[in-house]
Amino acid sequence: MNEEKKHILDLAAIRQRLAEARGPRYWRSLEEVAETKEFQEFLENEFPQHARPFNAQLDRRDFVKLVGLSLALAGMTGCRYLPQEKIVPYVTAPEEMVQGIPLWYATACTRGGYATGLLVESHEGRPTKIEGNPKHPASPAALPGNRNHPANPGSVDIFSLASIYHLYDPDRSQNLVNKGEMDYWDAFLAQARPRMAKLKERQGAGLWILTESVSSPTLAAMMAKIQREFPQAKWRQFEPLARDNVHAGVKMALGKDANVYYDFSKADIILSLDCNFLTDLPGSVRYARDFAEKRKVREGAQKMNRLYVIETTPSPASFVADHRWSLRPADIEGVARAVAQKLGVSVQTAPYQPPTNLDEAKWNGIVDEIVNDLKSAPQGTTLVVAGDSQPPVVHALALAINQALGNIGQSVRITAPVLQKAPDQPGYVDSAASLREVTDALNSGQADTLLILGGNPVYHAPADINFKEALDKFARAAAPDGSLLHFTVHLGFYQDETAELCQWHVPEAHFLEAWGDALAYDGTASIIQPLIEPLFNGRSALELLEAITTPLPKGGYELVRQTWLQRYRQQRIPAKFDAWWKEVLHDGVVPNTALPVDAAVQVNMNYQAQAPAPAPQGMAIQFQPDPTILDGRFANNGWLQELPKPMTKLTWDNVAIVSIKTAAKNNLTKGDRLQLNYRGRTVVAPVWILPGQPEDTVTVQLGYGRTRAGSFGNEIGFNAYALRTSDAPWFGYGLQIKKLIGQHDLVGTEYHHSIKTNEVLTERGRDIIREGTLAEFLKDPHLEHEHGHSAHMDTKATLYNPDEFKWEGKGAYKWAMAIDLNSCIGCNACVIACQSENNIPVIGKDQVKRQRAMQWIRIDRYYTGSDLDNPQMTPQPVTCMHCEQAPCEPVCPVAATVHSHEGLNQMVYNRCVGTRYCSNNCPYKVRRFNFLNYANHHDIPIKKLLANPNVTVRGRGVMEKCTYCVQRINAARIAAKKANREIKDGEVITACQSACPTNVIHFGDLNDPNSEISKLRRQPHMYGLLEELGTRPRTTYLAKLRNPNPRIATE
Amino acid sequence: MSTQERLIAGEHNYVTINEKIATIPLSQKKHPPQWAVTLLIGFMIMQLLMVAVTYLLYRGVGIWGINQPVGWGFDIINFVWWIGIGHAGTLISAILLLMRQYWRNSINRFAETMTLFAVACAGMYPLLHTGRPWVAYWLFPIGPNVLGMWPQFRSPLIWDVFAINTYITVSAIFWFVGLIPDFATMRDRARIKLVQWIYGLLAMGWRGSAQHWQRYETASLLLAGLSTPLVLSVHSIVSLDFAVSNLPGWHVTFFPPYFVAGAIFAGFAMVLLLALPIRAWYKVKDYITMTHVDWMAKIMLATGLIVFYGYLAEIFYAWYSGSKFEMDMMWNRMFGPYWPFYWSLILCNGLVPQLLWAPKMRRNIVGLFIISLIVSIGMWLERFIIIPVTLHRDFLPSSWGFYNPSLWDWMMFIGTIGFFIFGMIMFVRLLPMINIFEMKDLLHRMHGHSRNGHSKTDHAAADHPPADGKPSAGQTQPETGS
Repeated sequence: MNEEKKHILDLAAIRQRLAEARGPRYWRSLEEVAETKEFQEFLENEFPQHARPFNAQLDRRDFVKLVGLSLALAGMTGCRYLPQEKIVPYVTAPEEMVQGIPLWYATACTRGGYATGLLVESHEGRPTKIEGNPKHPASPAALPGNRNHPANPGSVDIFSLASIYHLYDPDRSQNLVNKGEMDYWDAFLAQARPRMAKLKERQGAGLWILTESVSSPTLAAMMAKIQREFPQAKWRQFEPLARDNVHAGVKMALGKDANVYYDFSKADIILSLDCNFLTDLPGSVRYARDFAEKRKVREGAQKMNRLYVIETTPSPASFVADHRWSLRPADIEGVARAVAQKLGVSVQTAPYQPPTNLDEAKWNGIVDEIVNDLKSAPQGTTLVVAGDSQPPVVHALALAINQALGNIGQSVRITAPVLQKAPDQPGYVDSAASLREVTDALNSGQADTLLILGGNPVYHAPADINFKEALDKFARAAAPDGSLLHFTVHLGFYQDETAELCQWHVPEAHFLEAWGDALAYDGTASIIQPLIEPLFNGRSALELLEAITTPLPKGGYELVRQTWLQRYRQQRIPAKFDAWWKEVLHDGVVPNTALPVDAAVQVNMNYQAQAPAPAPQGMAIQFQPDPTILDGRFANNGWLQELPKPMTKLTWDNVAIVSIKTAAKNNLTKGDRLQLNYRGRTVVAPVWILPGQPEDTVTVQLGYGRTRAGSFGNEIGFNAYALRTSDAPWFGYGLQIKKLIGQHDLVGTEYHHSIKTNEVLTERGRDIIREGTLAEFLKDPHLEHEHGHSAHMDTKATLYNPDEFKWEGKGAYKWAMAIDLNSCIGCNACVIACQSENNIPVIGKDQVKRQRAMQWIRIDRYYTGSDLDNPQMTPQPVTCMHCEQAPCEPVCPVAATVHSHEGLNQMVYNRCVGTRYCSNNCPYKVRRFNFLNYANHHDIPIKKLLANPNVTVRGRGVMEKCTYCVQRINAARIAAKKANREIKDGEVITACQSACPTNVIHFGDLNDPNSEISKLRRQPHMYGLLEELGTRPRTTYLAKLRNPNPRIATE
Repeated sequence: MSTQERLIAGEHNYVTINEKIATIPLSQKKHPPQWAVTLLIGFMIMQLLMVAVTYLLYRGVGIWGINQPVGWGFDIINFVWWIGIGHAGTLISAILLLMRQYWRNSINRFAETMTLFAVACAGMYPLLHTGRPWVAYWLFPIGPNVLGMWPQFRSPLIWDVFAINTYITVSAIFWFVGLIPDFATMRDRARIKLVQWIYGLLAMGWRGSAQHWQRYETASLLLAGLSTPLVLSVHSIVSLDFAVSNLPGWHVTFFPPYFVAGAIFAGFAMVLLLALPIRAWYKVKDYITMTHVDWMAKIMLATGLIVFYGYLAEIFYAWYSGSKFEMDMMWNRMFGPYWPFYWSLILCNGLVPQLLWAPKMRRNIVGLFIISLIVSIGMWLERFIIIPVTLHRDFLPSSWGFYNPSLWDWMMFIGTIGFFIFGMIMFVRLLPMINIFEMKDLLHRMHGHSRNGHSKTDHAAADHPPADGKPSAGQTQPETGS
């Protein structure tokens, strides 16, 4: 039809129209210009919106239809059509990689030279989460013997867990620096190699290398090689927390260098002489595990170990102590002497001050009872441990006592040393003496070239060794022509205080970026495998030394492999090397490398030569590594800075800890600025009052007051190294204190309002902590004598049927968690593991001060007992309870928090509008709110790499909380569904559970009567927190038990 | 009734009432300098609100002092406070109308307007206090076809959404309907074309015919009937925001009546706070007489006693519950870190209102103004005690905290006061602040019953004998007919 009509277009009329049109007119066809009927029809057909529906008389029905349609179409405008952007997947995927499925690699990290085995989760080549390597002795499996979990990760400490934060730290050193200017690696080599060549001509005279403590066999081999090429070169090790007293004490007792470690699985009665064996020693995670295993009291059990703690400042050991007394630091030697003498060691005793609130006779009676208790136990089932801060004689006496008790070879193991010694030294060299030697060399002109490979000695140096000035002068010394006389290189992870003074700074590779190896506390070797290319061209000490000493340097991989190839050949292993090597890398440990126990060792039992020092006068000062940032190397770690310290619950600060009595005597309150004068040096520190601290003793933590740590670590806290001298690195006397005007803003996560007062946090009779002694438990396993029945929820008293929903049926799970208060040491590993797993942001001191800390799991700390000066302390990890009758759920107006069919209380971030009613109504206050846009990493792209891709990063205005690691449950569910089976017990391990060194946290399915959690739930001393509210929490607690010596009155 | 004599003081007839009230918005000259000063102050303070809200939307609720144990602070305190203030208006316009308390005629317009602005102030908070206000519309029952799901009807916050929206809708309609005859009067009296047109538009063709009046009366009664349960329900539901929770100090069964009484208490205090100065500035003491002031003071006293009883009952129940948490909660209110707030509350709401037993005090304008101010502060303190003081220490001592409002909290709170003042002062300028036709009705009622009425009112009384309190059409006839 149209075909025909086209022919009869009136061309004249069209011309007419065009002529009449004013202005430019654009037309698409002649028909359009002609405005023919056909064109209109065409338009209406083609573009229905141009159609006029109202031409006809509309009836009511059509009108309603049209109105409805137009309303519906109005909504369509909201639908956007976004252009598709296709990305191309791996054309050839790397072997074993399935996108979205993380891979696990075994590696290791070191602390003080000692290795901890790690399993690192990697998402498409990006490491995101650190767990322990169950095959490594220092990181025991969270669920020993669990074959249901594909990786079955092990437990580790907070430092290993948080070390991944540094990998993506935007403040880490990103450039090679020459005299403060950016430079290139080649330029560095161009200067370093001729320098080394010249040194070689001089037999290496003037070459000084300073490292931290080293256990790496490859680095030791490298040093040996350098020693061969540069016979006059010196290698020295300096470590601020070096265990010099231990080494000296061991030498005193054994007459030679040795490595002493413990087997807590053999120890039933433990005496700790200021030894925080649960968190501070190499192998502490293993010690904590073995110790805790002996405290897992279940129904029908008759036994539990007993821990006596005699210490200065309360440590995590005091959380699990059955008896604890606090003594001033030098007085602990007095106890050691008394105990040793009573056990037949030939030693002089000396008078000392008994603990607060005890007279001498009573205290001596207590010491007698401790000795009797140790003596009456079978040989080899006790253990006496001495802390790193105690003088050598205490360590020697501890060994002698252990010898007397038959513990050597049983609970105490002695092997050859683990740490490497310098080839030019006969044995282990005192750390501070090493630094002094280096300083003298710099000052005297003996040195010509100084390589500082790792570490930050300028900041860490004892106050009486002016390393900073010496280095500064040395590095700046210029020849008459203006060129630098000396060659100084700093290899470091940050451009820190030391980097600032050296001529060259080379960025150090993270342990996840470079090859290496290290030995564990028992000598077991691990290969440090990198998981990622160096992000900023960092290099390891190995690679740096190789590069400057060899014209054709080998890579780190070659060097490490070479070392182990030699070892392989020595050991005559039947497997082919490649297969063996692959297995070593896969397992993360080199088999059969634990050092053999020295059976022939002779412990000296005569210490008459070690006369007691005269009783020290004045106030004592004790130095301790900070519980979260250690010696300062973790100062720029946001997770660790924001982590509440186990005892004080403080964040972002260090303090001067005093006792309640000392505070009262000197009129001090929390936060007061206190001037500490010690040996002519002065720092100003904020006061913290801690129950359990001995009188007239001030404890300060190292690691703060840094100036070049990075944006998080700079200028916070005070620098305690400024008071610490090389002759008394751990404690000293003669401190003078002076209260200054003003207050320091201390920020913690507990009891915010009264942080400035001296109030002590107790549970106030609220039945929050259920506690008893072993004897009471054996008599009444429900421990109800203390708490009565009132605290139990009477399920008949409710109008509703709480069992209406059963969470049962085929394929149904009923997830639950149990927390064993009896072995919790408050070490915070769960908190950091959770933060890492669940992308929990760091919010800064100001926001913590506003009481908005974001950690999903928190560790509450309560005091009990009538003695305010030495109360009992109990930590209590609190996660979301996943209440079956969750108070948060009915109050949410948009149903953003709901229950899953497996009993998880779920938070739907996308649905949350942020009314915060759920948090108000949560009796446990475990919900966390994004008051601001905390997770905003857009300004710092590298921080995005840290995030776990399986967990949503929460935006502003959204509530969040513990999910029971639902992403891990779902991963297990996917695996189970693929295999057409149910999720097995132990297949889901939550992040907190796997990190926990003492196996406090248990997780599993209550529907499975044989699961571990079900068995625990049936324990008589299991209780729910605030059960009387009727919330029916899924997270429950096992009561805390203590095993005091009945012959020592606890009051 | 002997007291009715005092409800209109001075010599007044229908004409003078028209003159007196209707000319205030129409004349430029009738506005005292205080009006301009108050307007300026209100306007300037209102800018704080603008700045505070802008920054709030930009940064998030973290700019406030709220924190982990104390999830609600000034936001909900002020919400409840403002909502409570609004209640007096509804009580006056609805319940007193149904109870035929004709003395309300001279204050109801004022009180209703106050309700509207107070609810507007209150309404801002629930929206802006959410973490993500841009999705706050999810609280509305838009339905699964659009949003995929309903809101969660078990949550008291949803009940709140319904309660507040119903409340503001009914209040606004009631207010507007009541204004229609007066708009007509204004239209007829206006001499400027634009003003005539605007008031004419608002009068919606009101001619004052008997049919109009008949329909008006029906509508008015119906709306009064609708509003009456709202007086009780809105604040009851607001109180359920707390009572439904499980916190000691919130989980209280007598919260609904206690909240309603408190709301009326606060509302009358606010009516007095506003009425006392304006009555003097605009010389409308003839209409808002000392009798009104006295009676409002009596209502304050009565509701104040109920509120005080509530405080005492809370103490009793805390003890009687035998619950450690309840007892600690009460102890913490009285002797915890916020003890000055609690005892100030007892002083402001418990003890100071007792002065109103004395008739002299009820008629002392300055004294009453100060008492009203104290009561307003006291009611704010009550919400402070209920919200942050309850939240800051609940079950586990480890999660106890403290609440410090931030600068932004204060800015937003003061800003809403500015908005309220600005709104009220603009109302006084633009609309008849006293209900003209109801005043005429009152006049009629007083003199119609009296054989000795003033001669000027006689013809009205004779022409339109009172019929059960219904105002008759003739009352406004002279104006609307001309």
